Amino acid sequence: MSDKETPEALPRRSFLGGVLASGAAAAASLSPTAPASAAEPAAKPAVLPPSAHGAAMEAGMPTDPARIDGKPGSDFMVDVIKSLDIKYLPSNCASSFRALHESLIDYGENRMPEFLTCMHEESAVGMAHGYFKACGKPLLTLCHGTVGLQHASMALYNAWCDRVPLIIVGGNDTDAAYRPPGVPTFHAAQDINAMVRDYTKWDDAPVSLQHFSQSFVRAYKIAMTPPYGPVAISLDAALQMAPVHPHGGQMPTIPRYVPTSPPQGDSGAVKEAASLLAAAAYPVIVVDRAARTPEGIALVVQLAELLQARVVDQGSRMNFPRTHYLSSAAAAVAHADVIIGLELADFWATVNSYTDNGENEGHGVNGTRMLPTAKLISINSRDLTTKANYQDFQRFQVIDVQMAADAQATLPALIEAVRSAISNERKVVIAQRAEPLKKAYAEAQVRTRAAAAVAWNASPISTARLVMETLAAIKHLDWSLVASEGNVSDWPNRLWPMEKHHHWLGRSGGYGVGYGAPAAVGAALANKDLGRFSVAIQSDGDLMFAPGVLWTAAKHKIPLLSVMHNNRGYHQEVMHVQRLANFRNRKVNNGNDMGPIGTSIENPDIEYHLLAKSMGWWAKGPIKDPNELKAALKEAVAVVQSGHPALLNVWTQPR
Amino acid sequence: MKYFRTALTHPTTWALALLVTAGSAQAQSAEKGKVAFIKNGCWQCHGFEGQGGQAGLPLAPNTKPLAYITAFVRNTRGAMPPYSEKILPNADLADIHAYLQSRPAAPDPKTIPLLN
Repeated sequence: MSDKETPEALPRRSFLGGVLASGAAAAASLSPTAPASAAEPAAKPAVLPPSAHGAAMEAGMPTDPARIDGKPGSDFMVDVIKSLDIKYLPSNCASSFRALHESLIDYGENRMPEFLTCMHEESAVGMAHGYFKACGKPLLTLCHGTVGLQHASMALYNAWCDRVPLIIVGGNDTDAAYRPPGVPTFHAAQDINAMVRDYTKWDDAPVSLQHFSQSFVRAYKIAMTPPYGPVAISLDAALQMAPVHPHGGQMPTIPRYVPTSPPQGDSGAVKEAASLLAAAAYPVIVVDRAARTPEGIALVVQLAELLQARVVDQGSRMNFPRTHYLSSAAAAVAHADVIIGLELADFWATVNSYTDNGENEGHGVNGTRMLPTAKLISINSRDLTTKANYQDFQRFQVIDVQMAADAQATLPALIEAVRSAISNERKVVIAQRAEPLKKAYAEAQVRTRAAAAVAWNASPISTARLVMETLAAIKHLDWSLVASEGNVSDWPNRLWPMEKHHHWLGRSGGYGVGYGAPAAVGAALANKDLGRFSVAIQSDGDLMFAPGVLWTAAKHKIPLLSVMHNNRGYHQEVMHVQRLANFRNRKVNNGNDMGPIGTSIENPDIEYHLLAKSMGWWAKGPIKDPNELKAALKEAVAVVQSGHPALLNVWTQPR
Repeated sequence: MKYFRTALTHPTTWALALLVTAGSAQAQSAEKGKVAFIKNGCWQCHGFEGQGGQAGLPLAPNTKPLAYITAFVRNTRGAMPPYSEKILPNADLADIHAYLQSRPAAPDPKTIPLLN
């Protein structure tokens, strides 16, 4: 009898009782040490016929097979979750949401969402982060409300800074009088969401099932309204367990989800911005998260071409085609008379400089990178959700025309306003900018390629060679660079023909190390469903924060090509320590390593290919000779195309 | 960057640099220079070959004169921290310069199929 059949045939508790009783009787009759008792009547059969009650238990149909009367609250919660078409649920299991876990996989049949086994809450949130950026759909993750949320918190901060929606539900046994003692009480808190409130858009702690359904739909709606962001729900353990009850004669219902329109810029401000742009001699457009969706790219292109304005893409999303002659380096702002920033994380640093040279009592030196007469325009939805504690709003910058609005939603109106503001005479002047800009773009491309050629044959392998060998292996596919953690001198953005939104998914947002590996796996999951080929440039330090995500990728057959930028150190930090030693006129202590003590990942070297293999990946390495890369990449690409993850451990130059 | 330029265009800086480098010219060794290049952390931003990258300017091939490099290293007030003679003696700097000069010329990018 299978487990599935048991409850249909018999009440489980009675069935088990019967098994124990008959088992004991059978054991007694078969025991070799049991003497044949003369006192026992010889005619008594070894097994008695069942009583009327026993017979009914064997053959009768139970009216209610469950131990808990009625539909469990967690089943209703699954109904709510299913109403929002959430496809996956990456999570590390925990007792505080055991009831919902059971409902999801049994009552919900582990579909929409499908539970993905994760080995760290940071990995689960990182996967949801990458997944959204690849396909534009948010995921749900579950965790212990205390220790699990603590693990997840850095990844949540990344998602907050990167404006990525996801729903995190933390289990919490709230009732101090009745919750289990010991571990579950260690894992309970009055207000679990307090810890992440500074970097979530909204949170709630529902106390009834109707409250849960409204909170969950509200959470989804808030997360998905630009500016996007993570949301948190505290989920009481008792609420999951209790059966669904009518309230005021009505069973709980599920609200319909209706998306909220993104906020557009004020029409007066749009007109003012358009006048400045139309009259500018050298307008520059700076974009960071301007293209929320693939449609955003076309809008940025329209505005740029209308103005013949250079575009600086800061790269938190793929906002502007790198193959377009208006694509430009950051230095373009230096000559601009009007600069418009679209969803910039840091406008101050866009137009100013900071030199960490130890001067001013160690504070460094600030400078400007723009003309003193330049006019600044900003459209940024983050202005609508600024909070006080964490400083992700960056330094204060005076802006001439500032719109607290979603850039992509505002662009159609701005484009029309600019078109209206350009006279026929002005059109001729603007059109004359095109040829010099095309020439400048072509010259910049030549310089970039010349820079990439230096140390082309070096070992360890140059980062330019690494990324161009990788591109050569995948360029015939519909590729998606899902993550590039560690500094590879931005070669992919400088050399790869990035044109589509999914060609580059951007960075972590909050620069919390450990984002790359899980975000790559999450994005690869989304790309798998969309028929795209996923590739990640994976740095060594990033991978070691939570390498268990490699197992998750293998377990769930997520195809991903992970090409390691293994420079054997935390290079962002290496130079910080060197710099401080020099400022203090001290020779830095490298110990037995190449970099200052505490910054190197060597002695012993980590065999990442063996690590990946141990978790079910195809892997190869260490590759130190650039001439071995091509063949290894060819093998790895074939593995990924067959539906499995593959990793190449490549020893690289530092940056 | 403007601080680098100020320091490097100042006549006193150049005169000092030339005096410093003149005294150590005979000690140049590319082999020793490679060791010093790594030991003193130059590779961290400029790469093992001095090729440069986003974090540091290219130093090789086409290495600038030792006097220029010395003036820069001793007086920089930019993102690169200055190396005093206590941290990086003149003789080691001269060896590093020799190492950089020994780096092979970069191939013509037009001859690299992956860059075209």
